[in-house]
Amino acid sequence: MKLDPKVPEGPLENKWSDHLRDIKLVAPNNKRKYNIIVVGTGLAGASAASSLAELGYNVQTFSIQDSARRAHSIAAQGGINAAKNYPNDGDSVWRLFYDTIKGGDYRAREANVYRLAQNSNLIIDQAVAQGVPFGRDYGGLLDNRSFGGAQVSRTFYSRGQTGQQLLLGAYQAMMKEVNSGKIQDYPRQEMLDLVVIDGKARGIITRDLVSGEIQKWNADAVVLCTGGYGNVFYLSTNAKNSNVTAAWRCHKRGAAFANPCFVQIHPTCIPVSGDYQSKLTLMSESLRNDGRVWVPRKKGDNRPPSEIPEDERYYYLEEKYPSFGNLVPRDVASRNAKMVTDQGLGVGPTGLAVYLDFRDAIKRDGKAVIEAKYGNLFAMYENITDDNPYETPMRIFPAVHYTMGGLWVDYNLMSNIPGLFVAGEANFSDHGANRLGASALMQGLSDGYFIIPYTIGNYLAGETLEPVSTSHEAFSEAAKTSSDQLDRLLAVKGDKTIIEFHRELGKIMWNKVGISRNREGLESAINEIRALREEFWENVRVPGEKNYYNKYLEFANRVADYFELAELMAMDALQREESCGCHLRDEYQTEEGEALRNDEEFSFVAVWEYLNVNGKLETRMHKEPLEFEFVELQQRSYK
Amino acid sequence: MSTMTINLKVWRQKNRNDSGHFEDYTVEDVNEHMSFLEMLDVLNEKLIKEHIDPIEFDYDCREGICGSCNLVINGVAHGPKHKTATCQLHMRNYKDGDTIVIEPPRSAAFPVIKDLVVDRSAFDRIIAAGGYISVKTGSAPEANLIPVPQDVSNTAFDYATCIGCGACVAACPNSSAALFTGAKLAHLNRLPQGKPERDKRTIAMVNQMEIEGFGDCSNHGECEAVCPVGISISAIAEMRRSYMKAVF
Repeated sequence: MKLDPKVPEGPLENKWSDHLRDIKLVAPNNKRKYNIIVVGTGLAGASAASSLAELGYNVQTFSIQDSARRAHSIAAQGGINAAKNYPNDGDSVWRLFYDTIKGGDYRAREANVYRLAQNSNLIIDQAVAQGVPFGRDYGGLLDNRSFGGAQVSRTFYSRGQTGQQLLLGAYQAMMKEVNSGKIQDYPRQEMLDLVVIDGKARGIITRDLVSGEIQKWNADAVVLCTGGYGNVFYLSTNAKNSNVTAAWRCHKRGAAFANPCFVQIHPTCIPVSGDYQSKLTLMSESLRNDGRVWVPRKKGDNRPPSEIPEDERYYYLEEKYPSFGNLVPRDVASRNAKMVTDQGLGVGPTGLAVYLDFRDAIKRDGKAVIEAKYGNLFAMYENITDDNPYETPMRIFPAVHYTMGGLWVDYNLMSNIPGLFVAGEANFSDHGANRLGASALMQGLSDGYFIIPYTIGNYLAGETLEPVSTSHEAFSEAAKTSSDQLDRLLAVKGDKTIIEFHRELGKIMWNKVGISRNREGLESAINEIRALREEFWENVRVPGEKNYYNKYLEFANRVADYFELAELMAMDALQREESCGCHLRDEYQTEEGEALRNDEEFSFVAVWEYLNVNGKLETRMHKEPLEFEFVELQQRSYK
Repeated sequence: MSTMTINLKVWRQKNRNDSGHFEDYTVEDVNEHMSFLEMLDVLNEKLIKEHIDPIEFDYDCREGICGSCNLVINGVAHGPKHKTATCQLHMRNYKDGDTIVIEPPRSAAFPVIKDLVVDRSAFDRIIAAGGYISVKTGSAPEANLIPVPQDVSNTAFDYATCIGCGACVAACPNSSAALFTGAKLAHLNRLPQGKPERDKRTIAMVNQMEIEGFGDCSNHGECEAVCPVGISISAIAEMRRSYMKAVF
């Protein structure tokens, strides 16, 4: 497998501008001759689709929801980072780059991350011009808040609904192009396969979720913006329909999968309450600006929190990390929550929770100020738990939130299959082993608005693409593969439901491929996943038929892919014999329990190739070495 | 922790052309902390085991922001809890032995796809008609160049929080989409960035609303009462004013 990251030569700050100077262009009158498929309409997909259509390309967009506006980007709460330095607190492109690469524990490409920081300011300009109502100060200028992993205030926000407002901005730009006829929008369509002809991505297979019909679509390039795979854990903060299927099917057609084991467990979520639970709800990390995290110092202290005196409260983040305190990065906060609950200091009925307390902030700033900042989050918390966070501390616990791993892409965001581009959470590109807060929105929009529109032109201008039609045998073969798998699922007619299998898979993943991992656990996880996968194919009950709207058939098809992905994640976690970012191997820690990297041996991207050897799944790992020319690798410290 | 037995009357409809009917179900061991949709998940698990086709209903984020879920519960869009989407409604709002009627949001402009799932693409077409500010990627000026007074920005935000669920349409005796359309206009029209296209936008969106077959607003106020994010009915008054200004 050929893996060329295609990072331009030259000084870090000039790489992107030099690349833009050098890349090939498609003339305006030729752009209309190209068809581009965009799969997924979240921040990355909607922004890419609208920008490509504005340039004159013919764009087709596909989403599994009933409207492009419902993609899960909509649920991002806290904000979006940019290096504007409006607060005059010393921020710069370099500092945003540095914080992001350090936050990712030095497992991302320098050049990509620097470009992300450069693009950050353009995103804010674009969003404001679209009418995104960011928080403003009394003078009418944009306001910023601080976020985990940074010592400057660089986060732009729309109360606790920043993702919603940015997505609606991108969605509206996209719908404008639907109106102009440059975008054909196909909601309620799920991509089931990638069509590769002469080694290039030339189309996709979808299932119309309403009629059940399998459909074929040809194109000159495919842009995959289908999000992350956190739902492999069953319980996560992802939307119920978020899934890995489109990305995984591309992987099975030859697209390499990078760093699958890098999963972010978010520290501030509402704890699990029972078996029926279908998802976990995130409480924005911005709450850690004013909330103080603590547990009782004494094991088994069952007193209500208000009765526990100050000196019997263990503010463990503030004590262990005095310079960042409650604003340590997510991986550090999650790991410490697990540590204190493992010691038996957890609170609430399950003991699997810690307090996030606003008492002192309310005393300092008044209830009105706290309400203005976090009102909707407090209301959401109260609605779910029946507790009033103005009066009693919130109970929080880590939950699976974001996947840094994803399909491998080069500097142009193109996968190793020419013509297949991957943007947003679906690629592995910018966050290394841990993503900082307020950086997902930034990356999705940087990819979609300001990278793909240029790099796709470079690809199209440099290739001679023979016209293909959907009557090509590669389309028929892919359509048949997709359809046969649905038949196989329906034919099992077993006794266990899809959700029962998914929940069991999620438990294996959470316990053994979750916050902390070790060799023994990972090896047994691989065996358990394989055994459960076999049982799934022998005993799953998929209701109904395939030729009409059937959500449980959609789920079954996705869970089948999770079973394969889960094994790859465990294998990836097993081979990475170091701790870095969110990947904590019990065997590799400092004496103080911090992640211990091994830069000599593991400063690489683990790139997995899928091989179908006589119908048997085999995987092979390749390494893309990470070279750090501009930053010095350091042990991350937030103390 | 108390558990309850809940009786359900659920609308079942095979497809757009089927006439549809209510079916009765009983769900046992309902936990007060369950969400309403989790209660339906539990019922569906049971139906699947009994080899009965599960009930189809739309949902995605399950945190009240995506706008996918939109059940009409005992005749009220999103059920009894004020400013709460169906997915954020919890079973602690019900008691043992309650009977709950569940229907899709009904409107000629929202045809039923299956059971409780409807086609709301009419909303997308209203936005496509003019619900945006035209600014090509890359052509935006520096963000702080145009100050927006804080109260203007805050009010724009309040209207911009519409989640597009369609509860306003389901609740309206006229099946009007005036609150949905008015909210987008009230968001964009009041911002300095949105002023140049104000008239064109207003006319285009109002016209599209009619083309889609939504009824007109006659000030019942049901839309505001059921809106899960509390969009104010003032949006409709603003829409009317903008429309009059635009056409005369």
